Amino acid sequence: MTEAGNIIINAKRQRGEFALDVSLALSNGLTAIFGKSGSGKTSLINLISGLDQPDEGHISIGSRVVFDKTQHINIAPENRQIGYVFQDGRLFPHLSVHNNLVYSRRFLKPVLNPAIFDQIVELLDIAPLLNRRPATLSGGEKQRVAIGRALLAEPQLLIMDEPLASLDASRKADILPFIENLRDQLNTPIIYVSHAMEEVIRLSDSLVLMDHGQVVAHGDVEQIMSRLDLKPLTGRYEAGAVLSVRIARHNALHKLSELSFGGQTLWVPGHDLPIGSELRLRIRARDVSISLQKPVGTSVLNIFEATITEIVADGGPHCEVLMDVGAPLIARITRKSVDDLGLEVGQKVFASVKAAAIDRRNLGVRSAR
Amino acid sequence: MFDLSPFEIEAIQLSLQVAALALLACLPLGLATAWVLARYEFFGKPLFNGLVHLPLVVPPVVIGYLLLVMFGRQGPVGQWLWNTFEISIAFSWQGAAVAAGVMAFPLVVRSIRISLDAVDSGLEQAARTLGASPGWVFLTVTLPLILPGILTGAILAFARSLGEFGATITFVSNIPGETQTLPLALYSLTQSPDGEAGAYRLVFISVAIALAALVASETLARRINTRLGNND
Repeated sequence: MTEAGNIIINAKRQRGEFALDVSLALSNGLTAIFGKSGSGKTSLINLISGLDQPDEGHISIGSRVVFDKTQHINIAPENRQIGYVFQDGRLFPHLSVHNNLVYSRRFLKPVLNPAIFDQIVELLDIAPLLNRRPATLSGGEKQRVAIGRALLAEPQLLIMDEPLASLDASRKADILPFIENLRDQLNTPIIYVSHAMEEVIRLSDSLVLMDHGQVVAHGDVEQIMSRLDLKPLTGRYEAGAVLSVRIARHNALHKLSELSFGGQTLWVPGHDLPIGSELRLRIRARDVSISLQKPVGTSVLNIFEATITEIVADGGPHCEVLMDVGAPLIARITRKSVDDLGLEVGQKVFASVKAAAIDRRNLGVRSAR
Repeated sequence: MFDLSPFEIEAIQLSLQVAALALLACLPLGLATAWVLARYEFFGKPLFNGLVHLPLVVPPVVIGYLLLVMFGRQGPVGQWLWNTFEISIAFSWQGAAVAAGVMAFPLVVRSIRISLDAVDSGLEQAARTLGASPGWVFLTVTLPLILPGILTGAILAFARSLGEFGATITFVSNIPGETQTLPLALYSLTQSPDGEAGAYRLVFISVAIALAALVASETLARRINTRLGNND
């Protein structure tokens, strides 16, 4: 297993008009690579996996150098020990699910420990599929088998390229918990490529933001999501502040849960996880409103004292207002409101968040790390 | 009811023998050629492609005559074969197989190439990331996936070889027991005044063999496609 900070990628790759120029040091856990299509995400992971080569640079995984231009090292993809889950699954149509799963084993020295096979089959819940043919599987089943197939090669690094992109929303919801389990139960570092922010928020420990072949930002999800300057890349409409919270209390009477963060409490619709569980939560900017006085006689459950730290207009009718409530919180309000209320940086205001606006989709179980 | 005469048995045996040898030579060469055409770009590729497909478009007699010029005792290749190995294929059943093989070759290349083009290179990439070297990728992914194309090519080539006439009669002549395959025997019968009955029998035999081959290939193809999960 690799040590923290030990996946090093320094790579340049020119292909026609498109130039990729990346310098990254990734740690263990799940790192999400986020960016629009064409931002270079897949190009980057193809360089890591060896399916494509950089024009110059150095790539190492743990202590193993897999590519180094100056030292003339270029390990073939089959020897890099990198598991790759493709967007389209890419199961071998002529093999049964079982034979797809164990495909890598004929090329690997040690005999497969049956316990590992059973563990992965159980983790992904694919035991009933083993004798089927890929053509008879649903999209979600195919992806679970593809994940299992990559894991059974016992890789040093697992790359997942938009593994949920071809699935509908309910299938996604079926598979996300499996990926959360992988993240928490395996020691293998995971690079997870996505252009869906809710997946990133739910799954990732750290986030790499890519645009035009370059890394624009790399850090904690919470930190990157609170930067208004990155909103054009992280997405305005769906975006908002991301908070790390802990379940403090459940209110059985009203079916609510009380979450605590940065000395504040937040009421959300009841969650069934035990008290003390760590969660990551997204509060969409459009669900946050601002008032100058503390609202009274309101249905809104969550009202925070806040200090405005940044106001950014998007050129249209809206503004994003970044506030400090003990943690960063973002409100998306009209520019008219900003003018009418005379909002400015440093001002003390009250931020309101409707509990009902925070649904399951915006909650993710944080990794155990 | 239908007892085969020694003449007919000889022609059938010879035809099957010739077609089998032609096929045996065609398949590996055709696979390699199809691979090169499907996977590589190089200078002169259109010319190479044209040469491979030439037997499809020129009269078979032309191919037979070219073979005679090259492989005859006096021809450059024939002379070399005779001087080095003391073998000559002109006017022998092996020569008939060469003629049949050359005529069938483009059919093999074509059907294998079509199935190669249809192979998702993403599957081959996936196999690489799972530890397979390029050779293993070919054996465990590409080859099984193009099996239907190879089968189709083989059937076409076999049928083409059984029916080959023009190139064969030009290159190796019409020698009973040596190069007189079914079509040549049939031709001889139609040239003799009392050969009509014998000709009908050979027509019937030819049709029966061709039908048997088609039915067998259809059954096999269905099996393979079921294995590939292509039929749902």
